[in-house]
Amino acid sequence: MELIMIAAAIMVGFGALGAAVGMGLLGGKLLEGTARQPELGPMLQGKMFLLAGLIDAIPMIGVGIGMYLIFAVAPGVAA
Amino acid sequence: MAGDTQQTGSEYIQHHLTNLTFGHTEHGWGFAHNAEQAKEMGFMAINVDSLGWSIGLGLVFALLFRWAAKRASAGIPTGWQNFVEMMVEFVDGTVKDSFHGRNPWIAPMALTIFVWVFLMNTMDLIPVDVVPYLMGLAGVHFQKIVPSTDPNVTLGMALAVFVMIIYYSIKVKGIGGFLGELSLQPFSAKNPVVQAIFVPINLALELVGLLAKPFSLGLRLFGNMYAGEMIFILIAMMYGAGWILGTFGGVLQLGWAIFHILVITLQAFIFMVLTVVYLSMAHEDH
Repeated sequence: MELIMIAAAIMVGFGALGAAVGMGLLGGKLLEGTARQPELGPMLQGKMFLLAGLIDAIPMIGVGIGMYLIFAVAPGVAA
Repeated sequence: MAGDTQQTGSEYIQHHLTNLTFGHTEHGWGFAHNAEQAKEMGFMAINVDSLGWSIGLGLVFALLFRWAAKRASAGIPTGWQNFVEMMVEFVDGTVKDSFHGRNPWIAPMALTIFVWVFLMNTMDLIPVDVVPYLMGLAGVHFQKIVPSTDPNVTLGMALAVFVMIIYYSIKVKGIGGFLGELSLQPFSAKNPVVQAIFVPINLALELVGLLAKPFSLGLRLFGNMYAGEMIFILIAMMYGAGWILGTFGGVLQLGWAIFHILVITLQAFIFMVLTVVYLSMAHEDH
């Protein structure tokens, strides 16, 4: 049953790794775009939040299922 | 809650994560007294709390917006009317940008999805122990206040969107068009024999894409809200650990709640935008 902990950790870890790189690139590109054309700032920011939400989706699904594994599938192991 | 023995951390978490399920066990129909009994009830069990909160919030949305529409007056717009107008214009603008078909039904549905999911998510901001404590007094011991942390609710909504995608695809493109879109899409060839080989490959690719839409739509909302609520529960566990950790927990709770306001609106907005985009793709007629 203890393997569930490792499984959840892997799910959350790798998902977060990918999302962090994605978010970093997204933020960098937003700053570049805004620097290049400041008047497009608000519109770019709006799109950036939409994409940040989408990038966040897969790791959040991983976190959701990982925590579901820990607390619902094997409740006893957590304590 | 208050009377029993010292709870372990996992019991506290487990207590906050079990739904109020109503279903059939060997003792006949009744409410489950613990998580194991709820699991025994199997598929036909009903999560009474998720249903209750979500339907209640849906009614709150419908009645409040209808009340605003009924009393709308161009002369003296009330504050509430301005807010509702702002929401309607915001959603209408988003739908106009991303929906390219012509269907009068899409914008009201998008508004409903946005406000309803937003209302369901905001239940997460209520401190973790307040409602379960009050409900405990009223005799309800297991309860999850945020409907969108229940995978049934989010996947149920995503399933409804999936049915709409299929319905409108067939309505606009016809059965032939829809199946053709699935089987001829990425790879196509003049020679019928080669084409026949490509069809199963296309089907495999397209079906995976088609099924990924509702699955990711539903699980995205579930994952975000479940993780958010889990962190609220973990922070709430710090309150029981003396003054220093307790106050630190309070600061964490405040910080996380403020960040969560962004997450809540963003997830509701993304659920709406993706629904509109999927339906717009369903309406495209080549």
